[in-house]
Amino acid sequence: MRAIKVLERVLAVIPIMFGVAIVVFLFMRLTPGDPVDIMMGGGGYVSEGEIENLRREFNLDKPLHVQLYIFLSHAIRGDLGNSYVKRAPVTELIAERLPATIELALGALIFGLVVATPIGIISAVKQYSALDRVSMAGAFLGISMPAFWLGILLMLIFSVRLRWLPVAGRIDYDAGLQTVTGLYVLDSILTGNKAALISSLRHLVLPSVSLGAAMAATVARILRSSMLEVLRQDYVMLARAKGLVEFLVVAKHALRNALIPTVTVVGLQVGVLLGGNMIVETVFGWPGLGRLVVQAIFARDFPLVQGAVMVYAFTFVTANLIVDVLYTYLNPKITL
Amino acid sequence: MEAQTTALNQILYPFKLRFQLWGRNGLNFLRELWGQPSALLGAVLVALFVLVALFAPQISPHDPTRGKLRKQLIPPVWEEGGSPEFLLGTDVQGRDLLSRIIYGARISLLVGILSVSISALIGTALGALSGYYRGTLDTLISRFADLLLAFPFLIFAIGMMAFLGPGFTNLLLALTLKGWVVFFRLARGAIMAERTTEYVEAARVVGQSNPVIIVSEILPNIFHSILVLGTLRMGSMIIAEASLSFLGLGIQPPTPAWGSMVADGRDYLVTSWWIATLPGMAILILVLSINLFGEGLRDILDPRLKIE
Repeated sequence: MRAIKVLERVLAVIPIMFGVAIVVFLFMRLTPGDPVDIMMGGGGYVSEGEIENLRREFNLDKPLHVQLYIFLSHAIRGDLGNSYVKRAPVTELIAERLPATIELALGALIFGLVVATPIGIISAVKQYSALDRVSMAGAFLGISMPAFWLGILLMLIFSVRLRWLPVAGRIDYDAGLQTVTGLYVLDSILTGNKAALISSLRHLVLPSVSLGAAMAATVARILRSSMLEVLRQDYVMLARAKGLVEFLVVAKHALRNALIPTVTVVGLQVGVLLGGNMIVETVFGWPGLGRLVVQAIFARDFPLVQGAVMVYAFTFVTANLIVDVLYTYLNPKITL
Repeated sequence: MEAQTTALNQILYPFKLRFQLWGRNGLNFLRELWGQPSALLGAVLVALFVLVALFAPQISPHDPTRGKLRKQLIPPVWEEGGSPEFLLGTDVQGRDLLSRIIYGARISLLVGILSVSISALIGTALGALSGYYRGTLDTLISRFADLLLAFPFLIFAIGMMAFLGPGFTNLLLALTLKGWVVFFRLARGAIMAERTTEYVEAARVVGQSNPVIIVSEILPNIFHSILVLGTLRMGSMIIAEASLSFLGLGIQPPTPAWGSMVADGRDYLVTSWWIATLPGMAILILVLSINLFGEGLRDILDPRLKIE
């Protein structure tokens, strides 16, 4: 029964992705001026014939609904068109950069959860203690701070002044890492390359913290408030009354229920991670999808931008789908 | 004539009552604000930022866009080599950082206030229509809102700006085109809950028309929720604008915007730390103040939404 519900939910994603594709296609119509003119950069001399050829190559000579049809039918088959600038398939260019972005996002996610979970729980259990006050003040700072500024501040302190951590990049050139998955930390472990592991971890720290800080702050706040809510419930009092150790009361009875609203927030925070991705990759020269997109925007490489926005949206929708499914495991009362 | 005046009075009457209530509540509100030191601090700081932005030409010591090349990269006054002429130092073009930060407040506040107000206006109007009339209109708008929710906020804004091109108007467009959705969902939900209440039934029995019921009966009751949400959203809008300007997609030079000032300072981090860090500090303090005030406002006006 549950499997069918999950399948239904997965299928519901299809029309949303269609809508996303249409919106992204329409983005192109927002640009003032003709894409071919933009491709030509306005400078240089180009013959009429060449312009016609380009128009034909990118289907710009056809009416809008035909263009949309072509765009959608190609997108379904995983073909997001060719980059104007690099003349390579957009999907290939994106796939090349994706591992770096996934590694950074995972780093941020792990940082965010590892920091937020104990803080959220302890702040609730010891409400109004010094620890609670300090960490909630910190969390408040965290939600008010732009990620790019935090990144620059961390870079200034730990890379420029203290010289503890590298300024930019993913790994030292002399680490001699053989790539397997494209996630450098994982690859270092798989190939047993200790130097590469240390180097890639050192490069990963500051970008992950900059990207994950806002998430950590938000999750800690929501976890604390839902823990406070749950700790007031009768079943928690019952658990205490029957003499259960306080640790088990908190960890088994309270936390599981407090996780329900928290998981939703984590799902929504994935959107913040994806949005911050472009910013943090720009700050730290991280060679991922975000930097590729920012460069593509300035090169006016529209198919690449369209493709990347679709990938981001798809990831976000998938993340929230996973959250919905997780939900039913956390709370059997909720059916999808 | 007589009948028209009576009709008008009938429409305005709930507003009149509401304003009288607000007048009485205004004093209570101030008293409650006084009882929340952090919210009060936020309110005072926000007011200060607004004053600074309004009187930027009067208080900024130098021209924010014109620099003196001989005065490049002067550190803040408390650092070695600093000069009291440039309290927060100068940037690579010899422009006074303090003056640029003062003028930058204009952009941040203007974008924050305008994007939130326009989003709230559109979102509430559509939400009211959807929630009250339901039907096909509701389905259409709701589906569209769901679709926009599939895009992370900043990704959508960056994507839009990539195609629209940078600039103030485009920035507002990119932020509001997605920003209205949260207000839509709030207003729609609230109106759906209110339309079955007794006071709305009563208004209908008395013979008031649907538009009048929406505008003068229901909206005043959900106004405080929209106000709270708007205040809390303003911080994220300001951060979004700063992020776009940081990437070079928002406000264009030479107009001083905090985000692009941080970007300018990135290349001089090793020698001149102040260029990148101080404008970012301004963003942090402004957003922090707005959030402090917003959370205080929520606790006073809409305690149901309170996060402890």
